[in-house]
Amino acid sequence: MTAWLLKDVRPYGEDAVDVRLVDGRIAEVGPDLSDGAGRVLDGRGGVLLPGLVDLHTHLREPGREDAETVETGTLAAALGGFTAVHAMANTDPVADTAGVVEQVWRLGRDAGHCDVAPVGAVTIGLRGESMAELGTMADSAARVRVFSDDGRCVSDAGLMRRALEYVKAFDGVIAQHAQEPRLTVGAQMNEGVTSSMLGLTGWPAVAEEAVIARDCLLTAHVGSRLHVCHVSTAGSVELIRWAKSKGWDVTAEVTPHHLVLTDDLASTYDPVFKVNPPLRTAADVEALRAGLADGTIDVVATDHAPHALEDKEAEWGAALPGMTGLETALAVVVQTMVEPGRLTWRQVAERLSATPARIGRLPDHGRPLAVGEPANVVLVDPGACWTVDPRASASRSRNTPFAGRELPSRVVATFLRGTPTVLDGAPAPREP
Amino acid sequence: MRRHLLSAADLTREDATLVLDTAEELARVSRAATVKKLPTLRGRTVVNLFFEDSTRTRTSFELAAKRLSADVLNFSAKGSSVSKGETLKDTALTLEAMGSDAVVCRHSWSGAPANLSRWVRGSVVNAGDGTHEHPTQALLDAFTMRRRLGRVEGLRVTIVGDVLHSRVARSNVLLLHTLGAEVTLVAPPTLLPVGVGSWPTAVSYDLDAVLPTSDVVMMLRVQRERMSPTGERATAYFPSAREYARRYGLDVRRAQALPEAAVVMHPGPMVRGMEIAPEVADGARSTVQEQVANGVSVRMAVLYLLLGGAVPAIGAPVEATA
Amino acid sequence: MTARPSMPSSESTPAPGAVRPVLQGPDVVRVVDRMAHELLEKTGGAPDVVLMGIPTRGTTLARRLAARVEAFEGRTVPTGSLDVTLYRDDLRLKRPRALEPTAVPAGGVDGRLVVLVDDVLFSGRTVRAALDALADLGRPRAVQLAVLVDRGHRELPIRADYVGKNIPTSLVESVRVLLTEDDGRDAVLLGAAGAREGTDR
Repeated sequence: MTAWLLKDVRPYGEDAVDVRLVDGRIAEVGPDLSDGAGRVLDGRGGVLLPGLVDLHTHLREPGREDAETVETGTLAAALGGFTAVHAMANTDPVADTAGVVEQVWRLGRDAGHCDVAPVGAVTIGLRGESMAELGTMADSAARVRVFSDDGRCVSDAGLMRRALEYVKAFDGVIAQHAQEPRLTVGAQMNEGVTSSMLGLTGWPAVAEEAVIARDCLLTAHVGSRLHVCHVSTAGSVELIRWAKSKGWDVTAEVTPHHLVLTDDLASTYDPVFKVNPPLRTAADVEALRAGLADGTIDVVATDHAPHALEDKEAEWGAALPGMTGLETALAVVVQTMVEPGRLTWRQVAERLSATPARIGRLPDHGRPLAVGEPANVVLVDPGACWTVDPRASASRSRNTPFAGRELPSRVVATFLRGTPTVLDGAPAPREP
Repeated sequence: MRRHLLSAADLTREDATLVLDTAEELARVSRAATVKKLPTLRGRTVVNLFFEDSTRTRTSFELAAKRLSADVLNFSAKGSSVSKGETLKDTALTLEAMGSDAVVCRHSWSGAPANLSRWVRGSVVNAGDGTHEHPTQALLDAFTMRRRLGRVEGLRVTIVGDVLHSRVARSNVLLLHTLGAEVTLVAPPTLLPVGVGSWPTAVSYDLDAVLPTSDVVMMLRVQRERMSPTGERATAYFPSAREYARRYGLDVRRAQALPEAAVVMHPGPMVRGMEIAPEVADGARSTVQEQVANGVSVRMAVLYLLLGGAVPAIGAPVEATA
Repeated sequence: MTARPSMPSSESTPAPGAVRPVLQGPDVVRVVDRMAHELLEKTGGAPDVVLMGIPTRGTTLARRLAARVEAFEGRTVPTGSLDVTLYRDDLRLKRPRALEPTAVPAGGVDGRLVVLVDDVLFSGRTVRAALDALADLGRPRAVQLAVLVDRGHRELPIRADYVGKNIPTSLVESVRVLLTEDDGRDAVLLGAAGAREGTDR
């Protein structure tokens, strides 16, 4: 029997109580619980949330283990407060068969830091030509429910229609990386005033918005569900708001970096700021924050994209796009949304745990903090202040855009099915 | 605190005027001297780091450095370790180990000299990076204007052509604005960047309307490869070379519409018959040959002002990352 | 020399401490006249002389000397200016300076007797730089040096052929020449070091 008593914690940032975890479930919640068997953790009034769930992570294994492995990526996730992550399919080989998704799922299970729910590719090899065996991936041990060609856009309208229809059979969802390829040939950064001065080919907002508009309409037409990855523009937020007002089953995510950073950072030509979709303008950032606050944007997803040093220490045009984010996600959300009063802790639990779990159809995650529920929880010290040091990251890669930045709130402990993966803000020692 | 010349925006009005005045003196001394060599940069090492082919610009910098008695190392990408996959960073560290005081860098990626400046201790001079900037070209263009027309301030300068992809245009817009000239850009809408409304210039699609009030017409090179970025006709920037020349080429008839004292400039190399008629290119108004000659004096001035003293006299600082 | 109260100069900052004029107005004119006569005497009428002044005040002095020679002898002496900035041996100690004008008179310097003209001769380094600059312009048959003031403390084996006034100084003192064309009046001022900022000769 494994048991933990979390004393003096505040579920959803509300009143302080004690919470007892026994054999992977929340066994008791109340004031002043007796110690009993098992270990005790002094919560010191920290905020208790259901374990965070990331709908969008790149674990790079198989294929680019020099940048990240399932082991290092999930450890970084646990340190960031996550108990489950969805691993995107753009690995090498691509996760377009049951074999690869099961491999990734097993690696996650063996690492034991958090649950890994592999995302299946929509098309074979991400080539956008023909559908992958989505059903077989859904039936595999990995129980894939989220399908995405992320990195690439499913741009063929006919193919996107087929995929949206097909996944209805097993309650799947297509997660679209919205980027019209014909409008973004050689694109390097947001198309606008800054790109015009820097001589970098622009990635116009319309390339994202046009695809979202089309996909929302298709989703409605065939009666399926759609998830829009990493929304980055004000126009996209408006389109999603409109689609939801029609009652269409469209969900959307925003990354922490798009809630904070703007395209003028590219003027240093430092590729740590190169990402796809690119950083946009201050007006877009504000629209994304407002959209996250009013629920138009359902979740925050990290799009954690680790890259080896040589892929980032290069000329802008030669560098690979992407930013790490698992360890900084919650802190950035606290800084941009909780501290200014735009989201409550309950809403943080919605955006970063309950809703992503629901979209990904993960039954054991994002559950309420109540007796009988699985003990996937995270304890956060909201008052802590820390400076981001890329060299101190558990990820194998260093490409965080927040290096040197001071962030509020720190993950103190993370529990996966009642077993601690993180204690005192560090990886928990493994039980022998 | 190192100083670099990465963008024309790195120069204040005082800096830019100092460069032009210095270039003026250097040109005069060079004409008068029997020994066209000055000892000023003796013992300094200038590296020409050219990842893009350019005989004209490279030899201009080479001559400028040698006339100041600097040691010059020419490093071109072809046949070097770069073509075998060596990264920009490793190339930079190799140069550092060899002890370069200045690196003159031309690269096909925008921002490469800025990246380079993080890895070398010397001064970095941008000799043209992608579609971003070419500051010494703008300086020699301004120098040429001043020589021919006596001033830069208040001149009405029209820049015609592929502004979207032109580093010469960007640097000229910035420098001419700093020096108080009035700039108008003329191009088909497809060759103007989306953000051009924020630039300190006027914009027109009609070349004929602008010519009668232009003191300087600067024709930009139209690259054939700009017909389409993907190699397909579908996304070409203009329908045909013929239509482009008809609407935006400076032919003899258009040259006659210019004011009497106006000059015609071109950064080179020219596509005769496309953006500029051969008669105009070779005519009395044309400054194309002088631009080349002025390039050496201007680059001598830049190198002197960056390397000639204990610390540079011009340029913008860039912080080194760890 | 009696100490006099410091006089306001036409330059922007007043000199700190006591600054006394060693030569003033008419004194300077007489000195220049004498130098012009000496020049004519030593060169046998200045038949092939070219006066090259070292900017800024050396150039002014060169023009004055030429004018006096013309007044006395009726001969026009070619006059020009020679900027030494790029030949200085102390370039690496400060930031690069703006260049002064170099103007070689028609007829050039080849085979001529070039007389370098400067306002103050001190360490001799400026003249050394001028000799190098001159050598790159051409090959004079001989080079001579004319200075308004020689204040001593040579650091190189350099001496002047024509000296307006010898003023022994200590290293903590400064010597400054004012000329009407440049400063509104003629004077040679002696003061504390730092009383005059600028090139140390």
